[in-house]
Amino acid sequence: MQDKPLIIGGHAFKSRLLTGTGKFAAKNWIPKMLEASGSGMMTVALRRIDIGGNNENILDFIPKDVVLLPNTSGARTAEEAVRIARIAREAGCGSFIKIEIITDMKYLMPDNYETLRATEILAREDFIVLPYVLPDLTLAKKLENAGAAAVMPLGSPIGSNRGLETKSLIALIIENCRVPVIVDAGIGRPSQAAEAMEMGADAVLVNTAIATAEDPTMMGRAFSLGVMAGRVAYLARMGEESDLARASSPLTGFLD
Amino acid sequence: MEIEVRINGRDERLNACTLDTLIAERGLISGSLVVEHNGRIIKQADWQGVTLGKKDVLELLNFVGGG
Repeated sequence: MQDKPLIIGGHAFKSRLLTGTGKFAAKNWIPKMLEASGSGMMTVALRRIDIGGNNENILDFIPKDVVLLPNTSGARTAEEAVRIARIAREAGCGSFIKIEIITDMKYLMPDNYETLRATEILAREDFIVLPYVLPDLTLAKKLENAGAAAVMPLGSPIGSNRGLETKSLIALIIENCRVPVIVDAGIGRPSQAAEAMEMGADAVLVNTAIATAEDPTMMGRAFSLGVMAGRVAYLARMGEESDLARASSPLTGFLD
Repeated sequence: MEIEVRINGRDERLNACTLDTLIAERGLISGSLVVEHNGRIIKQADWQGVTLGKKDVLELLNFVGGG
């Protein structure tokens, strides 16, 4: 069966794996990982430079054909997120923006209310808005109505590698939203990425699990395969689960 | 003339100059440097046309790794 490309904000992506640029021990892993994984979209963050320090340009490590997804990390309010988004676009990073607003510094949970407010403002300014949220169906519908190009529910806390702890809540969003659903945060293993795709997620975003692997290039490839396996399984429509055994071989004795 | 400007949240005294001179003097020239002057983004091509004044606020930013 031929799959359709992932479309976000009118842009087509061949790969359903989005990746992040944080936590790489050496930035030169990034282009190698991108080549091995086929990921076509990558997040970046915006920060004050270290005056007098060595300021490496992360954009130097990302090939031009990879779409940049600046995030608004560091924002505590909708207004701060809006400011970061405008700066990123002015700086030539395009119109994609991942809204990430965090006020809870212990669990790093996104602030859904501020995120909705920022989405409303930025969608009106023709940004392609990808809000990162706690999976809440009511909120997801409001984000969709506000003009979000996708919703990004978290699987488990950022960087935790604990996988799909919010699976049943994400399932509601997948079932009821028209915009693409991208599972972001907490995916620690390729099998967890596959699990998200099997349940019908449109894409996953992985950073920590790839960047902190001993070999990020191989791990990028592994995640790419996990995402593809899960996607194809979803398209193939899996058989149903059963509480009882259902024999795959004839139940008669060998020579009966 | 010496002026006081706020650069990345810190007050600094410096001789009045244009943005491009300040950036060059500090050795900050970088392809990814993003400059916000009093809340407005200034493109690299326009740095030389911006003269810093008293109490100006500069944010010097760049893109870094993030998820």
